[in-house]
Amino acid sequence: MTTSETAARSRARTLLTRLEGPQTMGRGPAFWTVAALAVAAAAAYPLIADAWTVGNAAYFLIWTFMAMGLGVVWGYAGALSFGQTAFFGLAGYAYGVITLNLGAAYGLTLLALVLAVAIGGLFALIIGYFMFYGRIQGVFIGIVTLSVTLVLETFMAQTAGPQWRIGEARLNGFNGMSGMPPLTLPWFGGDIVLYPGPPLYYLLLGLVVICYLGLRIMLNSPFGNVLVAIRENPHRVGMLGYDVRLYQMLAFGIGGAFAALSGALYTAWGQYITPSSMGLTSAALPIVWVAVGGRRDITATLIGTLVVLAGFQTLTIYGSQYALVVMGVLLLVTVLAAPDGLVVATMTQMGRIFRSSKR
Amino acid sequence: MSEILRVQGLRKAFGGVVVANGIDFSLSAGAMHCLIGPNGAGKSSFFRLLLGEHAPDAGTITFDGSDITGLRSFQRIRRGISVKFQVPGIFKALSVRQNLEVAFQDHLHGQSLGATIREMLDFTDLRAEEMTPAGILSHGQQQWLEIAMAVGVEPKLLLLDEPTAGMSPDETRKTGEMLHDLNGRGITILAVEHDMAFVEQIARRVTVLHFGSIFAEGTIAEIIDHPGVQEIYLGTADV
Repeated sequence: MTTSETAARSRARTLLTRLEGPQTMGRGPAFWTVAALAVAAAAAYPLIADAWTVGNAAYFLIWTFMAMGLGVVWGYAGALSFGQTAFFGLAGYAYGVITLNLGAAYGLTLLALVLAVAIGGLFALIIGYFMFYGRIQGVFIGIVTLSVTLVLETFMAQTAGPQWRIGEARLNGFNGMSGMPPLTLPWFGGDIVLYPGPPLYYLLLGLVVICYLGLRIMLNSPFGNVLVAIRENPHRVGMLGYDVRLYQMLAFGIGGAFAALSGALYTAWGQYITPSSMGLTSAALPIVWVAVGGRRDITATLIGTLVVLAGFQTLTIYGSQYALVVMGVLLLVTVLAAPDGLVVATMTQMGRIFRSSKR
Repeated sequence: MSEILRVQGLRKAFGGVVVANGIDFSLSAGAMHCLIGPNGAGKSSFFRLLLGEHAPDAGTITFDGSDITGLRSFQRIRRGISVKFQVPGIFKALSVRQNLEVAFQDHLHGQSLGATIREMLDFTDLRAEEMTPAGILSHGQQQWLEIAMAVGVEPKLLLLDEPTAGMSPDETRKTGEMLHDLNGRGITILAVEHDMAFVEQIARRVTVLHFGSIFAEGTIAEIIDHPGVQEIYLGTADV
């Protein structure tokens, strides 16, 4: 084996060991067995559910990226962003504008997805630069980010006139953009068009697994250690020789890119995007998902988001006028009874029971 | 011995309050030096100026031959200055080991990181608490953990702001021994301290600050015998 092969294997081993670590709950064969079973069950779901229900489940998966990104920014780096929807909406519009101009042939929708995520992430880095290098801290981060998303919503809502177009793409003001193509995979014998249904569901499930594992590795890396330390005591971190502002900005950029991924996928899923996706209600919901699940652990964030989304949709169907009220009550209960999140509290309790049963 | 720190004409005022009034100060490499003075003398402000947390109105700070006056805090730390604060600046939700990892991982990797962590755990007698959340350590242990975080990567200059504040006499004595050990390894130490017994234990030379200016400097014996110092700081016999 050559030296470079040995080094590559060593790096791969290091990455794998970071799947478990102090910044993420869950370790050992028991945890990974349960995780594998959960993924297997999710993969088997389209076999027992109809296409519409599977497409609806894909919709839930789309939001988990934004939630995990907010978990990084808020739960790990300690900066409460109230405006992740700004990056969500920007990327959604970007996907629409690019695909309406370029079309869906030759895998260009995938290029549009990548560009939209890059645009959303870059915008987050720019906002993050001005916030963190401008010494904005604490609750003011929430105020600034909320302002950004509301400004974007207001701006996009007034783009109804025919002059508001980018190439072939009309922005359409409050009614939003529609008619953009869904994700389309070039394939031998004809493109695969990913309308809401099993193929899109599998693509999203794979993306969720990859992003989740990638975030676990990142959060247990030296970079993740510094993020958590910044959350705990930013002054001390600076006095250990770290540029705290740079780390915060990078975390914010990563969170923004994840929100952008949700936005672009959402637009591809539903083939529409409206300014209200950046409004106050939309901006508040990710905070509820992440807080209820547990902001300080990426697994709790993922599980909590899926559970709350499913519950929210059920409430919307069977009692629409109360759904948002219930979400608010859920947030209050969480803050008062389980401030670290309901999923974290449950997992901690299960861990105790598991350990005591082994004694 | 070569000079590691030189401060010239350092001045800083907040409105009408002058916290550094043209301070000239120097420190030789390998020194173990204490800074004393009554409350409000400007000791902590002097530290903040050295660390780059306050920008001076005038004056220069030269560290290890380079002008660092315009550098940010983290850039000064990277040049080899390290600090331990009066209130333990640790990460309470992280374990002792994680605290040390965060402190060292920017400089050390792999086996050398693990070896340094083990060495510091032994040095501070915290091996048994390696996986304990730092927030539940005793006050003295938290102070030692922060000292370990500050010295694990062997800085050239260690700044200590009241390192024994809140410690028991035993913990204070042990801290003094630790500082002698670190100084023996070549780390220059500058400490702000109120406890004169501790100052006697560690300092070879002492500087007295008063109203943002250097009032006196000398050995501990010279400072104790200095009539002006007794009056402004230690109190006179007839008070």
